[in-house]
Amino acid sequence: MRHIISVLVENEFGVLSRVAGLFSGRGFNIESLCVAETLDPTISSMTIVTSGNDTIIEQILKQLNKLINVIKVTDFREMDYVSREMVLVKVNAEEKKREEVLRMVEIFRGKIIDVSPKTYTLLITGDEDKIKAFLELLKPIGIKELVRTGPVAIARGEKVIKIKEKQSKGGEDG
Amino acid sequence: MKKTGSQIFVECLKMEGVDTIFCYPGGATLNITDVLSQSPEIKQIVVRHEQGAVHASDGYARATGKVGVCLVTSGPGATNTVTGIATAYMDSIPIVVFTCQVTTMLIGNDAFQEADIVGITRPCTKHNYLVKDVKDLARIIKEAFYLARSGRPGPILVDIPKDVSAQVCDFKYPEKVFIRSYQPTYVGHAGQIKRAVKLILSSKRPILYTGGGIISSGASQELIKLAEKLSLPVTNTLMGLGGFPGNHKQFLGMLGMHGTYAANMAITNSDAIIAIGARFDDRATGNTDAFAPHAQIIHVDIDPTSISKSIKVHIPIVGDSKNVIKKMLEFIDDEKDSIKDYKEGIKDWLEQIEKWKKQYPLTYSKGDRLKPQYVIERIYALTKGDAIISTEVGQNQMWTAQFYKFLKPRTILTSGGLGTMGYGFPAAIGAQVAFPDRLVIDIAGDGSIQMNIQELATAVQFNLPVKVVILNNGFLGMVRQWQELFYGKRYTWTHMNFAPDFVKLAQAYNAVGYRIEKEEEVDKILKEAFANKRPTFIDVPVDPEEGVYPMVPAGAALRDMLLV
Repeated sequence: MRHIISVLVENEFGVLSRVAGLFSGRGFNIESLCVAETLDPTISSMTIVTSGNDTIIEQILKQLNKLINVIKVTDFREMDYVSREMVLVKVNAEEKKREEVLRMVEIFRGKIIDVSPKTYTLLITGDEDKIKAFLELLKPIGIKELVRTGPVAIARGEKVIKIKEKQSKGGEDG
Repeated sequence: MKKTGSQIFVECLKMEGVDTIFCYPGGATLNITDVLSQSPEIKQIVVRHEQGAVHASDGYARATGKVGVCLVTSGPGATNTVTGIATAYMDSIPIVVFTCQVTTMLIGNDAFQEADIVGITRPCTKHNYLVKDVKDLARIIKEAFYLARSGRPGPILVDIPKDVSAQVCDFKYPEKVFIRSYQPTYVGHAGQIKRAVKLILSSKRPILYTGGGIISSGASQELIKLAEKLSLPVTNTLMGLGGFPGNHKQFLGMLGMHGTYAANMAITNSDAIIAIGARFDDRATGNTDAFAPHAQIIHVDIDPTSISKSIKVHIPIVGDSKNVIKKMLEFIDDEKDSIKDYKEGIKDWLEQIEKWKKQYPLTYSKGDRLKPQYVIERIYALTKGDAIISTEVGQNQMWTAQFYKFLKPRTILTSGGLGTMGYGFPAAIGAQVAFPDRLVIDIAGDGSIQMNIQELATAVQFNLPVKVVILNNGFLGMVRQWQELFYGKRYTWTHMNFAPDFVKLAQAYNAVGYRIEKEEEVDKILKEAFANKRPTFIDVPVDPEEGVYPMVPAGAALRDMLLV
């Protein structure tokens, strides 16, 4: 089963490698991983898409939590969430095809962000289904290159993933 | 007050109460080494190989319960620590390994004696640090010691570049640690503990299965109380030995691949397993599908990742073993009414266990050649269980676990999880440094001892009277045993066609060497060896093809033991 997991981590060097190493060392699967700073510059947020049965997912969540630099782990399966991914696609856009590509971009509310005599570079954002549909339609036209960010996700409604500051979150030792 | 990185380092060690470090110098350690030369209150044991330094600090930690410390140089010095770190990681042993690093300007430059040791040890440390700024040094050392000993203990590595150890800054040792992302759970969930107690009291065939968590949380006395109060039979993992007295009438011995018949049968037929501080390792469970098919399982562990990892459990309790057992005892006192029925209900079970114990006790047959099991029995008898015993890995380790009765916690030092040959001798050295007046014995094989035999020089130099009993069968015995059973007796690579004369070798190092040839000499020579105050090798040629039994073949169910 596919899970989207949010991981809040200390914004320090080496943390990404700890998380990635955990997945490779224990044979867990990473479909995509997206990481950037949050509102609080000391914290980064990772969105990881992974898959596995319940036992494996339970281990993934526990093992992530065990890493010292990991502040909070959230499995979006346990809540309503929205997720979006961004894709850049370079497609064939020779004379006959230019119109068709334009129409498609319009229908999917994408953008053309770069143009050359023979190609268009398109930008599209959306959830998994929309992106899949868009790419299927582009295939016959000729995709020359494709890069995707992997999804990022956030809880629906007023719910916010935050860490409990002030309250003695860390262990103490005197 | 302004201090250099090296002075800060030494001050921090003192603030942490470190009395001993195991070390090996190199170019990158020089700043620190020089300051340490002015600090005689910290005992500095210089080893002969960095792996020995880590195992020695690990042995020190296991024997004392304190954090073990070692310090080595960059590059090869650092990479030589990896096996020792992985050993401590698998067995949850609190050590802090300080590696020195090339100067920060040169990091990443493929400099002389540079290795990315933080990258290399990421998967085998609980956590590790590269100190990039001397201002962070004191905080990082404080965190390192705290992380090593708190929660599920483990090794922490701190990499200190040479320029950082020379830089100057204001020094103030932080009074408190605050790590917002680290919060071990010590107190178990009261509702879960209550459920666990109810489950035990309604069971008919309960058993306690305990591991190294009992030792690291210091829960031995509480465990004995719990077992005695509810007449529970107890089995230990290898790491748990000593947590419950080996001569107690409720003790069934170790379980698992080389566990006793009674322990494995009891686990298999149990209807309630109380697992405390054990992690259902494959050597303990055998085939997990056939593991305790009728049992409801209670699992107490401080590390949530250990729970339901290989065996699905019914009542998980995250917490410190000692705390949780104490709470269990309180709840049991509230249940006085049901205890009578419970004890009535488990009578048949306890009788059945006694039958199993009598049916197939641990045994071996005597022959023309001296038997290793006999030697271990005699070591136990002569020391009355009051020695610190380390082992190497393989047959010597399993025979020790079977035939030496460990009476108290922290009396066995053995590489359980990683199974590191060459562990026992340096670990014994570490324990001997901590307890100069106690008898410390490494029960070794002729294969394993040669993996860190260079540490004999350390033992001699620092007057550490460690005794090494070499059960010499001329084979890498455990692997040979597998070849005997599963590979048509083709003893490929396992026959040691050449071995040194261990007696002469000991003498060459200015240590004492003995050889025991006959059964009649065993007591006499062991007594003499144990009485002398010098490092001693005792070479004991034993039956070359003796095996360790019972044995559950890899992947088989616990009930399917080879009993020969």
